[in-house]
Amino acid sequence: MLSKRIIACLDVRGGCVVKGVNFEGLRNAGDPAELAIRYNKEGIDEVVILDVTATIEKRKALADTIHAVAQHIFLPLCVGGGIRDEQHAEAAIEAGADKVSLNTAAVTNPELITTLARRYGSQAVIVAIDAKRNNDRFQIYVRSGQRSTERDAVEWAAEAADRGAGEILLTSIDRDGTKRGFDCPLTATVSEAVSIPVIASGGAGTFDHFVDVFTGGKADAALAASIFHYSEHAVADLKAHLDQAGIPVRM
Amino acid sequence: MIALIDYRAGNLTSVRKALTHLGAAYSTPTTPEELDTCSGVIVPGVGNFRATEPLKGVWTAAIQKAVKRSVPLLGICLGLQWLFEGSDEAPGLAGLGAMSGTCALITSPGQDGDETARLKVPHVGWNSLHLTGPSWLLDGVRDGDQVYFTHSFAAPVTIDCVASTSYGIEFASVVERDHVAGVQFHPEKSGDVGLAMLKNFLVLTGAGAPIR
Repeated sequence: MLSKRIIACLDVRGGCVVKGVNFEGLRNAGDPAELAIRYNKEGIDEVVILDVTATIEKRKALADTIHAVAQHIFLPLCVGGGIRDEQHAEAAIEAGADKVSLNTAAVTNPELITTLARRYGSQAVIVAIDAKRNNDRFQIYVRSGQRSTERDAVEWAAEAADRGAGEILLTSIDRDGTKRGFDCPLTATVSEAVSIPVIASGGAGTFDHFVDVFTGGKADAALAASIFHYSEHAVADLKAHLDQAGIPVRM
Repeated sequence: MIALIDYRAGNLTSVRKALTHLGAAYSTPTTPEELDTCSGVIVPGVGNFRATEPLKGVWTAAIQKAVKRSVPLLGICLGLQWLFEGSDEAPGLAGLGAMSGTCALITSPGQDGDETARLKVPHVGWNSLHLTGPSWLLDGVRDGDQVYFTHSFAAPVTIDCVASTSYGIEFASVVERDHVAGVQFHPEKSGDVGLAMLKNFLVLTGAGAPIR
């Protein structure tokens, strides 16, 4: 049976993990490679490196980070943040990323999805969607959630899939950082509208939130950052919890 | 020296990193003649079966020649599908034909409306191996171990199948015939289990002869 994936997100800036990292035994708590190695040992299924501030001059640092992480862990590795064109994607993939995540660039230039899918295969192209509730619909936001668009998240997810995206990384802006749980209705609506996997993101605060998003939310994978940062056994404990709840996971 | 065949179907960085991690010497041959001296051949690749078109002709002949002198061959993902006679994904384009059968799109056997009918394709993520026969590649791998898949087409369960995986249908996730093997998943992305398989392959290339 196909397992539900647990994905750890490393928020990096200029080569360092920036969100609170509180592991004992790490020589340098901000080192993405050390953190990725730790998550790998705990049984994480996939790692996402996200650098939303990656400007042109900082892209070299991002490539170094990707390279350092990819050298040590033999798991799917996705890179996102500021990938605006084919050259940025190429640099990330050549540094060792298996997938790139497109957000703003996919909205402003949807052809990029198809270009990258043709070149690297759909499995290498994730379209990240930041969605926010607006009355009875889900509106998408770009530029790290700073700018609203008129586009509907469900329609955009379907279009992205048609254009060649291999997965959708769906973040609820309303829930992100709140620890109140994933937006299950949003996730279920998108997951039912597309035939590609949907990764739920935003709001993870307890292990039961993951149970909810894999059942009611119909998510194929769930991504979180801080919930994994603060405890040494969080990934293993989460998987044991999911297993007990009857959710298929890789133990 | 392991020959890692680059026919422009996807990125080889992760396979290279895994081989480097395992201490293997490898190169990416630029001419088919370079296969004459290799001790093992890896055919990776992702995407549409049509992408294997550059392997037609001289490359296929060189790989066949290497197999004939007992050089171990490992196909990964699209590389496994290429070991078969062909794929519904690209009718008319022949694969290596080392394994009998044709690859087909993953479909669910269920009727519309039931749970399996809403199967997502591509099949992406970690799924388990059901060991179905003796295998040198799977030495040390346990029944139920999980590996990372990302594919839409799959190979049939035939006499060459040594591990199968269930996703709507049961398909061949590992095939093996003498020193020719293929894996539908990505061993280079499957943690310690995947690395163990690559290591088994490297051990066999050192031995240089089929072991069963």
